Amino acid sequence: MITLNVNNSAHQVSAEPDMPLLWVLRDLLNLTGTKFGCGVAQCGACTVHLNGEAVRSCITPVSRAENQQVVTIEGLSKDTTHPLQQAWMAHDVPQCGYCQSGQIMSAAVLLRQNPDPTDEDIDLAMSGNICRCGTYPRIRKAIKDAAKIQKQKSNA
Amino acid sequence: MTQNLVSRRNFLKNAAILSSGLIVPFTALKAGKRVQDDPFTSFAPNAFLNIKPDNTIEIILAHVEMGQGVWTTLPMLVAEELDCDWKDIAVAHCPPNPAYNHTAMPLIITGGSTSTWSEFERYRKAGATARILLTQAAAAKMGVSVASCKTENSCVISGDKKLSYGEVAAAAAQLPAPKEVPLRAPNQWKYIGKGVKRLDTTAKVNGSAKFGLDVQYPGMLTAVVAHVPVFEGKVKSFDASKALKVPGVRKVVQVPRGVAVIADHFWAAKKGRDALVVTWDRGMGASLSTPDQTQRYRQQALKDGLQAAKKGDAKASLAKAAQTVEAEFVFPYLAHAPMEPMNCTVRITGNKCEIWTGTQMPALDQAAAAKILGFKREDVTLNTPFLGGAFGRRATPDSDFVSEAVEIAKASKEFIKLVWTREDDMKGGYYRPFFIHKIKVGLGSDGMPVAWHHNLVGQSIMERASKIFGGGGGGQEKKADDTSVEGVNNSPYLTNIPDHFVGLHSPKEVMPVLWYRSVGNTHTAYAMEVMIDALAHTAKQDPLEYRRKLLKGHPRHLAALNLAAEKAGWKKNLAPGHFQGIAVHEAFKSYVAQVVEISMVEGKPKVHKVTCAIDCGLAVNPDGVVAQMESGIVWGLTMALYSEVTLAKGEVQQNNFYDYPVLRIHETPVIDVHIADSREEMGGAGEPCVPPTAPALANAIFEATGKRIYQLPIMHHFNKA
Repeated sequence: MITLNVNNSAHQVSAEPDMPLLWVLRDLLNLTGTKFGCGVAQCGACTVHLNGEAVRSCITPVSRAENQQVVTIEGLSKDTTHPLQQAWMAHDVPQCGYCQSGQIMSAAVLLRQNPDPTDEDIDLAMSGNICRCGTYPRIRKAIKDAAKIQKQKSNA
Repeated sequence: MTQNLVSRRNFLKNAAILSSGLIVPFTALKAGKRVQDDPFTSFAPNAFLNIKPDNTIEIILAHVEMGQGVWTTLPMLVAEELDCDWKDIAVAHCPPNPAYNHTAMPLIITGGSTSTWSEFERYRKAGATARILLTQAAAAKMGVSVASCKTENSCVISGDKKLSYGEVAAAAAQLPAPKEVPLRAPNQWKYIGKGVKRLDTTAKVNGSAKFGLDVQYPGMLTAVVAHVPVFEGKVKSFDASKALKVPGVRKVVQVPRGVAVIADHFWAAKKGRDALVVTWDRGMGASLSTPDQTQRYRQQALKDGLQAAKKGDAKASLAKAAQTVEAEFVFPYLAHAPMEPMNCTVRITGNKCEIWTGTQMPALDQAAAAKILGFKREDVTLNTPFLGGAFGRRATPDSDFVSEAVEIAKASKEFIKLVWTREDDMKGGYYRPFFIHKIKVGLGSDGMPVAWHHNLVGQSIMERASKIFGGGGGGQEKKADDTSVEGVNNSPYLTNIPDHFVGLHSPKEVMPVLWYRSVGNTHTAYAMEVMIDALAHTAKQDPLEYRRKLLKGHPRHLAALNLAAEKAGWKKNLAPGHFQGIAVHEAFKSYVAQVVEISMVEGKPKVHKVTCAIDCGLAVNPDGVVAQMESGIVWGLTMALYSEVTLAKGEVQQNNFYDYPVLRIHETPVIDVHIADSREEMGGAGEPCVPPTAPALANAIFEATGKRIYQLPIMHHFNKA
């Protein structure tokens, strides 16, 4: 049994240590918001936070998450009120929506580390996340808006 | 899938039959009951609306949400007439019932960029019918005249009396359908042409949106398949002993295209597949390789193919022309590569089957499953979650991944979810066909074309599709497949060229081909618009002015072209080292022009800006149209710069996004979209945005470098340097 903390609750899973965190989340814990896109850390759809860092869960063995803190899209906010989620809604970013959990989880780490990102900062932080619907122009705008929302929240 | 399919099969006549006799049922018995229960064989009443006692306005979509925004646009049409509260709306995909057949094709289908225009009347009428009946029911209950009633925010109001739609839904359901269903005039519209927020966004930003791959049930197992590496090859033998020793692996079964490993979860199934030992009979396809195919098609392109368009005598006119320009274009096979890999969940219980899958043609998939199982169609239930991208890939006429999942469930007697890996998806078939165009154009002394001779070589999509759809195409009737030549045979440029010929060769290959976002226009727009640009340069004329002269008599092309050029500031105030290219193309009844601005950075093209103008007639959801233009431009840049599927010994050589790259955010230009103020015939949005991007980019590269790109993808021409 492997113990890990996902979205602030402890879980024990029966998994081989090399089983990727992605499949533990999806197939064992039924947290399907984290997506399978490539399986080789090329597309970013599986991005989650491991101790606050963005990781590609498709190549992260569950053993690495043992007794660590994992946050998935389901745990980013209780009621879809994270600044990124609000900005994503304001700009109608998603189309098919499949990659968006990963996009938002990558952006969340960017915003925490860099509260005022430029276009270049966004390009750098987000280039690991593929969107086949081409929502990139709106992602750029939404991240900048989310930065503003985040500032307003911290000033409030 | 395409407009051509519609016209070819003359399906439009069905539109009138299907959209008349509209009845909106009000299911007030209990929440959740839907026409799903109706037998497939009956002509079920139209069923686009389900108003529940709790005031929920359930709108049932005859088209699936795959990113293009129908989850919002079709409810806008209903709401425009129904006067419901936008917050009361709940949306669902339809079951595979003929009540939801396309208004212009006799099947349920999402494709061909048709969803908005084809439903413009049906969904508004569904809303208007409901409002009439609700008003009648409420007036009777309140004891007032219908004329004294008005409707707003899901309520019928007369003076100080008021009843909610939910309160009168049951009574309204008893009323006969109104004979006349007048629709509101455009000056009364509150939603159409205005902005609303998408209805699917919340679920898509908090992880709750369910896609096919997210289907999870207790007792459900996961299946991963080792596929034959060559199309139409077979399993010779296999040894499952090692696979069965992998913890979590339950069963291994043979299916038509390979060997399936069934396990408790994906990871075990995948490890089981890695441990399988399979010997393949690769079959005839093993001789196919891209260099050989290219040579073969090149030779074929020298001969005239099946006539697709003809006027005058192109060859005689070419012989007399002041100048001739020749070009050969080569287009690779392309994989759709939607973000969600193919998948399908199947549960067989006795003589019933339930399926969950993201599909663009649910009734065909239902029928395919029924056939494999020997069940009646109505005994196969099919649920359609959100589609994680489709782009044509989830509209396979032979239901490839659904059939595979059903075969696995049948052979294993297990409740399974078939999951394709990205590699399975890349290598699993259904590509935009490989094409070669050979073009020779004669110019008059004024530099304008007088003769155009054009042969295309590429597999027919309809050859395979027509076996299921019936009807023609694909050389079976000695008629050129429109999906191969659309964009050339109906090119506005050709109509003004006195002598022209378009011929098509449709060779047969084992590679399965399919419609890929904008279908034939993916290559025809490139060949035409790059050729026109080359002619303009040969004639020493500005490419924009040259097009303007050639497009006389084509006002919608011209309007889009002029709007894009104006908004882009065509060749005005360009930054040093920046260059522009332009292209215009009509596809799926919409006219799109784009100006691409680039510079050369470290010897490679960098795209800075794409300015786009579209005339799609009335834009029902303008921001949705803008989103589709952005989407199509990113798609078009990916296709032009990077996309290529190649073959060696019959095997697809690409694997995943590392060798089939797609555009990333740092490569994405500024995109500036303008919608022409137009009340012309409505067209599509999801596909027409794609065709102009690649040629406009190539034309910009010519401006920057003097290099014409005749073979895609573009990056091959710069990686070697």
